[in-house]
Amino acid sequence: MSELTLTVMRLGFLAVLWLFVIVAVQVIRSDLFGTRVTQRGAARQSAPPMQPRSRQQQPQQGKSGRGGRQRRGAPTKLVITEGSLTGTTVALQGQTITLGRAHDSTIVLDDDYASGRHARIYPDRDGQWIVEDLGSTNGTYLERGRLTSPVPIPPGAPIRIGKTVIELRK
Amino acid sequence: MSTSNTTVSTGGLPSRRNTELAMLVFAVLIPVLAYANVGLAKDGSVPAGTLQYGAGLGLMAGVAHLVVRRWAPYADPLMLPIATLLNGMGLVLIWRLDLEPQITTAKLGGAMAPNQLMWSALGVALFLGVLIFLKDHRILQRYTYISMVVALALLISPLFFGEVNGARIWVTIPGVGSLQPGEFAKIVIAVFFAGYLMVKRDALALASRRVLGVYLPRGRDLGPILAIWAVSLMILIFETDLGMSLLFFGIFVVMLYVATERTSWIIFGLLLSVTGAVAVASMNSHVGQRVDNWLNPLALGSNGGVTETAQSMYAFGSGGLFGSGLGQGYSRLIGGIATKSDYILATVGEELGLVGLMAVILLYGLLIQRGMRTALAARDPFGKLLAVGLSGVFAIQVFVVAGGVTGLIPLTGMTMPFLAQGGSSVIANWALIALLLRISDTARRPAPAPAPNTDVEQTQVVRV
Repeated sequence: MSELTLTVMRLGFLAVLWLFVIVAVQVIRSDLFGTRVTQRGAARQSAPPMQPRSRQQQPQQGKSGRGGRQRRGAPTKLVITEGSLTGTTVALQGQTITLGRAHDSTIVLDDDYASGRHARIYPDRDGQWIVEDLGSTNGTYLERGRLTSPVPIPPGAPIRIGKTVIELRK
Repeated sequence: MSTSNTTVSTGGLPSRRNTELAMLVFAVLIPVLAYANVGLAKDGSVPAGTLQYGAGLGLMAGVAHLVVRRWAPYADPLMLPIATLLNGMGLVLIWRLDLEPQITTAKLGGAMAPNQLMWSALGVALFLGVLIFLKDHRILQRYTYISMVVALALLISPLFFGEVNGARIWVTIPGVGSLQPGEFAKIVIAVFFAGYLMVKRDALALASRRVLGVYLPRGRDLGPILAIWAVSLMILIFETDLGMSLLFFGIFVVMLYVATERTSWIIFGLLLSVTGAVAVASMNSHVGQRVDNWLNPLALGSNGGVTETAQSMYAFGSGGLFGSGLGQGYSRLIGGIATKSDYILATVGEELGLVGLMAVILLYGLLIQRGMRTALAARDPFGKLLAVGLSGVFAIQVFVVAGGVTGLIPLTGMTMPFLAQGGSSVIANWALIALLLRISDTARRPAPAPAPNTDVEQTQVVRV
């Protein structure tokens, strides 16, 4: 085998190996350059589909005579602001979010003060997000008050469960 | 906004299985190219088995991919291709070293590539088994203390068998072969630590006094760390297995740090491991000899030649920046069976050069990064800790081996995951990758479609 062929193969193999590494990095570039950038992009993209949905719902609301003051824009994500899961966000897309220590909860709380099935957050027919305490031992607090019945969540109001605080944000 | 480290998007994330398939094809082609390259350099012709080898590796990867597609559709797209590439490259390197008659004598066990291929197939089979039968990693949480017992049994079992190469790390089953239980213990122990620390982390994190800016844990909370330290020292003394003891203790400190966010644990861990290592190195002759080889690699040994460490450094040096080319190096001079196992990285360094070695190290780094990323994405504390533990095990092992071969730390006698010859290692590492894929599948899987909420109609919302 000629020296030239071997040299070409040697350098060619290194190039292919590095190509694999570079392609692999491309596959995960959204991780490497920060989730914030992609989140913003995603928010912009997902905002238009969200808006029509809430606009559709707004007329119904107008009929029911309730001011749209509270819901100029529906919250799009749930953010955990205190506790061991600080920083976790959950996109709100019309699904029920369960909170508790049970393993199958949407957000598994690792907190001695949380019950197995502590609370849930769900949208009602108008798209208004409601928080409901599921009979927890230590209670769920919206702003200062302990919940006794399902209550709509004002945007930015802190919901406290044990050491965990969550908020709904736009 | 540094807080946004996890995004749980319940809307349909792309499953990325097609990305995985494309990467997997790439990952199979590279070792085939390497195989042909070795043949061309050695004999001047493409080796006869190239197609069979490519077909075999492709078949393993293809079956693995189909099973991931069916049973873990939302798993990470990179882990399987990287593991396949590393395993394929390992097979080529071992086969390439088998071509050197000096280190492939019957006394040293003969050709090892066929056996390694069989072990790799078994490893992939275990990978498939874990993915198919373990529906949810949280099931493992139930077996926290059972895994502790199993791990201790696995760690202790080699004591009842004879010494091989100065270390008691083997369990020999007559007629079947020998097995390194430590490789499996590292997975089981990560399960135990994850389950244990999940329950105990509040006690370990919160009950502490602050002295000189460092949180000092209470005496009774130091209990577990001291117990683990004692066990790891026992491994070191009775089995003279430096690598396993380092891995075992290191993974505990890493997981303790991740669970409690207390830097003081790292400080305590480092202090304890340094104290232990120095004490054992000065008392135990086998470990002492390893340290001596590390400090004086150029000293002449009993056979009149320099140490293996020195030979491996020569190999790296002769490789230079771009390497000598596959099949054209002299890493056989390291001698003995260790060329194919402990020192396989020296062959990579010599034949692919610094450029190729960096690519291989980066592949390991990417695999570990995917594991850590899985931990961030996981929604349950047990899954988070387990993913950190498993990728930590992998990271420590890569560091310990690469550091030992390059002369950064004393050589410890562990295997480079996937690359090095060794059946237990390749099987255990495939199982480890399967567990990580399972966690990442659970983490990225979208929540079931929102069921029409019937409660909404029944509940009267009182708006005040």
